[in-house]
Amino acid sequence: MVENEPRSSAAVAGEGRRWFLRGAAAAFSIPGLILASAFVGFAGLAKASGLTVVETVFMTAVVWALPAKVVLIGAILSKSSIFAAAFAVALSSVRLMPMVVALVPEMRVEKTRPWVLYALSHFVAVTSWVLALERFRDVPPERRTIFYAGLGGTLVAGNMTVVTVVYLVADTLPPAASAALFLLTPMYFLTSLWGSARESAAHVAMVLGLGLGPLFHVLVPGFDLLAAGLIGGGAAYGWHRFSRRSRPA
Amino acid sequence: MSFDSIDAWWWPFLFILVAGWLATDSWRFLGVYLGGRISDDSDILVLVRAVATALVAAVIANLVMFPGGALAATPVPLRLAAAAAGFAAYLLLGRKIVIGIAAAEAVFIAGYFALGL
Repeated sequence: MVENEPRSSAAVAGEGRRWFLRGAAAAFSIPGLILASAFVGFAGLAKASGLTVVETVFMTAVVWALPAKVVLIGAILSKSSIFAAAFAVALSSVRLMPMVVALVPEMRVEKTRPWVLYALSHFVAVTSWVLALERFRDVPPERRTIFYAGLGGTLVAGNMTVVTVVYLVADTLPPAASAALFLLTPMYFLTSLWGSARESAAHVAMVLGLGLGPLFHVLVPGFDLLAAGLIGGGAAYGWHRFSRRSRPA
Repeated sequence: MSFDSIDAWWWPFLFILVAGWLATDSWRFLGVYLGGRISDDSDILVLVRAVATALVAAVIANLVMFPGGALAATPVPLRLAAAAAGFAAYLLLGRKIVIGIAAAEAVFIAGYFALGL
């Protein structure tokens, strides 16, 4: 019986490679394609903001989450200090923490080494997270880390390529096309943020943030994002507490 | 200590590492550490998500109202109409991101040429 024989290390490695490739293949999907179009918009934004191509690709690799990168570029444009920029980016990235909290128990088996989970957590952003939670049910638990490495690694490397190519050809685009390209990022966020909300407080927060952002941009330039986040988010949380208390038990 | 205040080749990269990588991966690492130890629907996470959502929503609105590059040369009403049409199409036609983006781009490009820009 083949199943009862101890498996050779080559067979184990072969199976690992197979699950890595399946993860990589999962990146080529509708959500992956939409994400790539948002990175097309990001490359245009970074170029218009005066970043070099190396800085833009470096930022894609080390930050990865698109909202964090857009906040970072916003902070660079408004000449924020490195500390104010870090604070704004950290606020925009808080959402990654509960996402990782939700993903880790799905990937961890008894023999999983912690450093593997820390390394893989870098790939967590909306698209890879949604894809992973959707596909994990077809992946055996002990293969999920290698599957996620294939998925996340392909998304990051693929979009680093997209960013490089778009940055280099952006100047040759007609103005209508490059203006349309700048609309991709806000539309991707507008729809994906609405769709990923867990509780209605997030929808309230989103509506308030959409209104307060431009208002504070005019009133308190430099602190617009922080003020809109703290005031809009705080009010939405207050609404959440209030509506829960007033709901009949 | 802003992005272009130190004239050295390594400064932009250090800036991106501190304000970008450290500020995002700290949360991811904390998530691994807490994985399984914190309830996903606890009140503190609702507050945290609400603040983060409002902040990113502010970024979205500013990208439409005060954009850079070629988009800055287009009129505000056109940008607002395109974004509103895209979001309405997203909400009404099955909440598909791709439909929202396509509708916004279609309205924007049609308006762009209709206005003779």
